[in-house]
Amino acid sequence: MISLAGRDILHAWGKFVFTGVGLGLLIGVTLVMAGVYRGMVDDGKALLDNSGADLWVVQQDTLGPYAESSSLNDDLYRAILAMPGVDRAANVTYLTMQVRQGERDARDVRAMVVGVAAGAPAGTPGTPPYLVAGRQITRGHYEAVADVATGFRLGDTIKIRRNQYTVVGLTRRMVSSSGDPMVFVPLKDAQEAQFLKDNDAIWQSRRRTGENPAFNRPGAPGVLDAVIASQSSNNFVNAILVRLEPGADPDETARSIHRWKRLTVYTRAQMESILVGKLIATSAKQIGMFLVILAVVSAAIVAFIIYTLTMDKIREIAVLKLIGTRNRTIAAMIMQQALALGAIGFAVGKITATFTAPLFPKYVLLVPQDSIIGFFAVLVICALASVVAIRMALRVDPAEAIGG
Amino acid sequence: MAGKGIRIEGLRKRYGSGDTAVDALKGVDMHVEPGEVVGLVGPSGSGKSTLLKSLGAVIDPTAGRMTLGDEVIYDEGWKVPDLRALRRDRIGFVFQAPYLIPFLDVTDNVALPPMLAGVPNTEARKRALDLLMALDVQHRAQAMPSQLSGGEQQRVAIARGLVNHPPVILADEPTAPLDSQRAMAVIRILNDMAKKYETAIIVVTHDEKIIPTFKRIYHIRDGVTHEEAGEGRGFD
Ligand SMILES: Nc1ncnc2c1ncn2[C@@H]1O[C@H](COP(=O)(O)OP(=O)(O)O)[C@@H](O)[C@H]1O
Ligand SMILES: [Mg+2]
Repeated sequence: MISLAGRDILHAWGKFVFTGVGLGLLIGVTLVMAGVYRGMVDDGKALLDNSGADLWVVQQDTLGPYAESSSLNDDLYRAILAMPGVDRAANVTYLTMQVRQGERDARDVRAMVVGVAAGAPAGTPGTPPYLVAGRQITRGHYEAVADVATGFRLGDTIKIRRNQYTVVGLTRRMVSSSGDPMVFVPLKDAQEAQFLKDNDAIWQSRRRTGENPAFNRPGAPGVLDAVIASQSSNNFVNAILVRLEPGADPDETARSIHRWKRLTVYTRAQMESILVGKLIATSAKQIGMFLVILAVVSAAIVAFIIYTLTMDKIREIAVLKLIGTRNRTIAAMIMQQALALGAIGFAVGKITATFTAPLFPKYVLLVPQDSIIGFFAVLVICALASVVAIRMALRVDPAEAIGG
Repeated sequence: MAGKGIRIEGLRKRYGSGDTAVDALKGVDMHVEPGEVVGLVGPSGSGKSTLLKSLGAVIDPTAGRMTLGDEVIYDEGWKVPDLRALRRDRIGFVFQAPYLIPFLDVTDNVALPPMLAGVPNTEARKRALDLLMALDVQHRAQAMPSQLSGGEQQRVAIARGLVNHPPVILADEPTAPLDSQRAMAVIRILNDMAKKYETAIIVVTHDEKIIPTFKRIYHIRDGVTHEEAGEGRGFD
């Protein structure tokens, strides 16, 4: 027996290829959507991995520092450093903002500005673990290490709030949980950037403080200056990243920090579940909705095309039945055509996704597992979509071939 | 087939029921011997197609008896378990339009019925080529149906009807779309094939050009047949 489906496809290959390409673009979009989700998860993991931390110490009862805001005094890290099992502890601040390049250049990049201890020894949590060019921050002010994805180059001058920074090092794959590249600056500068008010506000605040008789006592001239100084400096950080001594138990250490310092502490696993389960959960559902819609649209397209192709063959199907073709053979012919359409579509979609993924602004991670699931999903959808056409074909009366 | 051809006795067919019932066949008697080509003529609505469909096992008659060769296939009910196999193996169909399968080439169109019956592809194609040769269209064996002329298509369709060497061929107005010369050619082919393969052939027709070629003709009117001797003239 010859393959009726195969012959029909060869005969009407134009229709199949055109429809297959159309379907393929849809499938490509679907694969990219799945890749966007994988990319978000991977960005989250990269954020955690590259921070080099085993524990995240954050403000009591918050999901900080990535999913909620968290604020800690910047001297707390010393006390944590003294806890058993802790090898290193470092302050970090995170601030997502537009970072401008050059002095009057209009170009700006959305980036996560990370404040880290300047001149910290290699391997301090929070600092970029590896550089692709240049060096780490060594001066306490106005130096920056940027992720290559920002497009900044060594020696570039960038502007964060009112200060200029020189890019002294480049790193890679350092991204925030929403995929924005990181720019590392000295901690002091970052604290200032988070807190910085405009000059008018500072001036007004000083005036108000000065007018307050409680602060401005005739007999105690130093009080006003001290109050103003404390008002215009920022001694807070968002989190303390902790690296454990080899062999220390993360849960045990987390518990004791929590108990003695009354701070919330997350282990790597907990942090990952916050990022994946909470921070990107809504985006994941959104993508899930799109996947459902795309699946329905693809099914509708396949069903429509296969139905039309079958409609065009009603007479031939009646003749095939009259000369003794089994219903099974006819159903198989239609089903195979739907599957072939799906296979063409998947091939086109896979190629499209592979070539377009790098062009997307956010990280699109195509994992083979998604492709395999996608391939079988396409086949199942195509098989289901062919059911309507098969039902119609099975109802064709062989007597129709003889006519009236 | 043991020399019996087709025998139809008291065949009745009623469409629908109650007030709207139509008695399309009201007791048809007919017989066709192996190697014989008989004409079935009658006005529109007289029951010709109903008779072919009954004999072709695509509709259920209401009453009567039909015999193919030695075997009673219908006697107040079907007597063969698998009507699809009956159509495939024992009845050849030729239609007014050729109704070739557009996505198969000429050889495979003709080879399809044996392939459906489980004959290996090469053997089925060999049989097809033999028939195409006999019908003088072997030079178009590789062509697609859309590339053939009307006459060539009809000859390919005849080849498909004959390829399983069925004891019976049912032809529904096979010459309608053809000019008189080609119509004659088709009738001659059917006669040749009837003799060569001992096939009993019924040709439904309106075609004045070919009516004189039949030796026997059944006239059908209001669901009843009358046998008549035809002129039995030659075909040239
Ligand atoms: N499926 C059907 N349902 C009801 N009546 C039918 C059907 N097919 C044919 N008939 C009726 O049966 C009669 C014979 O029809 P048919 O066999 O098609 O005649 P012919 O082929 O000689 O024109 C006509 O009166 C026609 O209206
Ligand atoms: Mg008719």
